[in-house]
Amino acid sequence: MRTAPDALFKSLADPTRRAIFERLSRKGEQTVRALTEHARVSQPAVSKHLGVLRRAGLVRARHKGRETHYTAQPKALVPLVDWMREYSQFWHERFDRLEDLLKRMD
Amino acid sequence: MTPTETHTVVIEREMPYPAEKVWRALTQQALVKEWLMDNDFQAVAGHKFKFRSQPVQGWDGIIDSEVVVVEPNKKLSYTWSTMGMASLVVFTLAASNGGTKVRMEHSGFRSDKDAAYKGATYGWQKFIGNLERVVAGL
Repeated sequence: MRTAPDALFKSLADPTRRAIFERLSRKGEQTVRALTEHARVSQPAVSKHLGVLRRAGLVRARHKGRETHYTAQPKALVPLVDWMREYSQFWHERFDRLEDLLKRMD
Repeated sequence: MTPTETHTVVIEREMPYPAEKVWRALTQQALVKEWLMDNDFQAVAGHKFKFRSQPVQGWDGIIDSEVVVVEPNKKLSYTWSTMGMASLVVFTLAASNGGTKVRMEHSGFRSDKDAAYKGATYGWQKFIGNLERVVAGL
């Protein structure tokens, strides 16, 4: 199995970050404040999560006045989707090996 | 991409061997190592074990598992957890044309942590399901 896209995977391993990303994908651009209203965590925590998402290329920040607006960058997900697809390939290969093994077993 | 492709991997093959033989290949450590991965598996429900493969950059090569169902010569399932993502692997064996139909279903990709976000269970499966529409347009 090939490696999972590290930063991307780690940033999405956290359910709160996934939820934030999903909300941004669905609702379009949002401020930290708007995102915090839907989170069970504090505004600083939401900001921190957004920072992780930004470093993984999943969101883009735009400063407007005092507030920062965030938008989802869904294209950044492509490696993750590819990785999921690879599981299929992984199991097909392992099944080939299983059949090969059965041939050799008593 | 269809939901099946992202959520669940299903492989079904007829193998010209009795179920007992396939079962051995699925449950004996040394044999499992030969076709799948190094492991400390035991065919006992509740047994916790690890699959180990060559670490690569970004992945330690370890899969944490726990045996869920053991029905000799019929059904075997274990959890499959790696990099914060938990899923389930189920093998089903059925007699077929003098051999055995082996079915493997790897499903239920979800986070192994609880969500701290309001109003929904943001598991991996839902997440990926929701994003399929997004990703389909890429």
